[in-house]
Amino acid sequence: MTQPVLDVQDLTVRVGSIEVVHQVNFALEAGQRTGLIGESGSGKTLTALAIMGLLPDGLSASGRVLHRGRDVLAMSERELCAVRGDQMAMIFQEPMTALNPVMKIGQQVAEPLRLHRRMGGRQAHAAAVRALERVRLPDAAEKMHAYPHQLSGGQRQRAMIAMATACSPDLLIADEPTTALDVTVQAQILDLLVGLVEEGGSSLLLITHDLPVVANVCQRVLVLYGGRIVEEGSVQDVFGDPRHPYTRALLDAIPPLDEDLPDRKLKAVAGSVPGLGEFPPGCPFRNRCPRADGACVVMPELDGTDHRAACWHPLT
Amino acid sequence: MTSDVLFRVEHATRRFLLPRTRLFGPRRILTAVDDISFDLHREETLGVVGESGSGKTTLMKLLLGLERPDQGSVTYLGDSLRRDVQVVFQDPASALDPRMRVDQIIMEPLHVLRIQEDHRTRLAELMHAVGLPLAYARRFPHEFSGGQRQRIAIARALAPRPRVLIGDEPVSALDVSVRAQILNLLEDLRVGFQLTLVLVSHDLSVVRHMTDRVLVMQQGRVVEEGVTRDVFRAPQHPYTRLLLESIPRLRRQASRR
Repeated sequence: MTQPVLDVQDLTVRVGSIEVVHQVNFALEAGQRTGLIGESGSGKTLTALAIMGLLPDGLSASGRVLHRGRDVLAMSERELCAVRGDQMAMIFQEPMTALNPVMKIGQQVAEPLRLHRRMGGRQAHAAAVRALERVRLPDAAEKMHAYPHQLSGGQRQRAMIAMATACSPDLLIADEPTTALDVTVQAQILDLLVGLVEEGGSSLLLITHDLPVVANVCQRVLVLYGGRIVEEGSVQDVFGDPRHPYTRALLDAIPPLDEDLPDRKLKAVAGSVPGLGEFPPGCPFRNRCPRADGACVVMPELDGTDHRAACWHPLT
Repeated sequence: MTSDVLFRVEHATRRFLLPRTRLFGPRRILTAVDDISFDLHREETLGVVGESGSGKTTLMKLLLGLERPDQGSVTYLGDSLRRDVQVVFQDPASALDPRMRVDQIIMEPLHVLRIQEDHRTRLAELMHAVGLPLAYARRFPHEFSGGQRQRIAIARALAPRPRVLIGDEPVSALDVSVRAQILNLLEDLRVGFQLTLVLVSHDLSVVRHMTDRVLVMQQGRVVEEGVTRDVFRAPQHPYTRLLLESIPRLRRQASRR
């Protein structure tokens, strides 16, 4: 058994005294593409920021986040800076806010290479052009001198992917990387991401609320609700044969593209996602769940071997 | 024959002058809507799909009378455009005045349009129709979740008893588990109030689900028009085909690695 690239153990994130991510456990194997699915308030972005050691002030993480066996949560800021952008990197939803607006694209893509690979100016420049060509940015050499606002949304996202993958990290976290993009551009960017992580042998953690995107990109999936993993398994198992009622509800909410539903009605789950710290104790979904009963006041463990769900009354 | 047509759009074109990119450079012209013609029939459901910059928002504004065509015409054949055509926007958080109470928000169209009606009864009807308890009437928008806010926005749109409801990405800003509720609600209201629905969206699965007829827009032009089911099953225009191929599908994981 080889060591996983990332091993998250009992990760808990708190805002003050409120727990927003509760004892999350998962591992990413080398070369594996995993989707982390959640709605607003599920804790999916905080989980990613905790893994990267990027939690904002006021938030604290406990547990262990082992990247190649080293605990990210125990690293000093200097150690984190040595790892981030080199061995692990992150792609954000809105490249306009994640890129520096007053720095040329070329400088931004070259930065990790100068910092981590100690390349000189000319060498880093050449490597940055290659990185931009690898993400198929048209006229890469010319675009080196462009500022972020001079690129389209899709081009900016390509530039950010070039930056994140410049040093061939073994862990790439992408937080809603295509949510702000048009559907045709989204398809290109997702293809590009899959190609790059396959080529480089990196592990990908794709964070999104969009289940079909995960179905197209990932092999495994984690479903997060109220800061807890409620279901996990292969994409085929979880989407084809969901066991947690919440996963079922998410799947039911997506209108089919190839059939008419009777009376044009989707199966809808009641209520809305509670706010921060307002999830019920026990199973966080129990106040919306059609199957909930008295047992659900106690949070169930994730049950199963490869396909696991945390539910007292699973669907299968 | 023509009596069931609510909107007649004939060769409508809307252009915008873009700002100069250089001090003495020429001002470029953007043709946001380019020679579009179609009829909107009573009680039909029409989807308008396209990517950003395709002109779908400008087309919606032309229907609402918020923009006028430079060429061609957009004609509403009913009595009162202002009263009969209402809209629900994407983000209910920015579409509701944070300083107004729910009852004021929902009743505002009746005041603005000077509609004589027992406001208290109408408010109760509307809140019931969109599934909000009447006890919420004196609360403010920030006290609600995104889905509830969208219900408030829908109640406001329905207040003047419109014939046409335009939805501009009405569920795109909502959580996935809440979208189904709002889509079901829109369908109930459409049937219950015999509404004509125009759904503007980049979300093709929502348009496939909600509409009978669809316009596919690209760069201001309608490149394909037809029965939604047929267009999705057998798209004729290459752009429609590209759009449909680009949608990530839940059941396609087997074909990709």
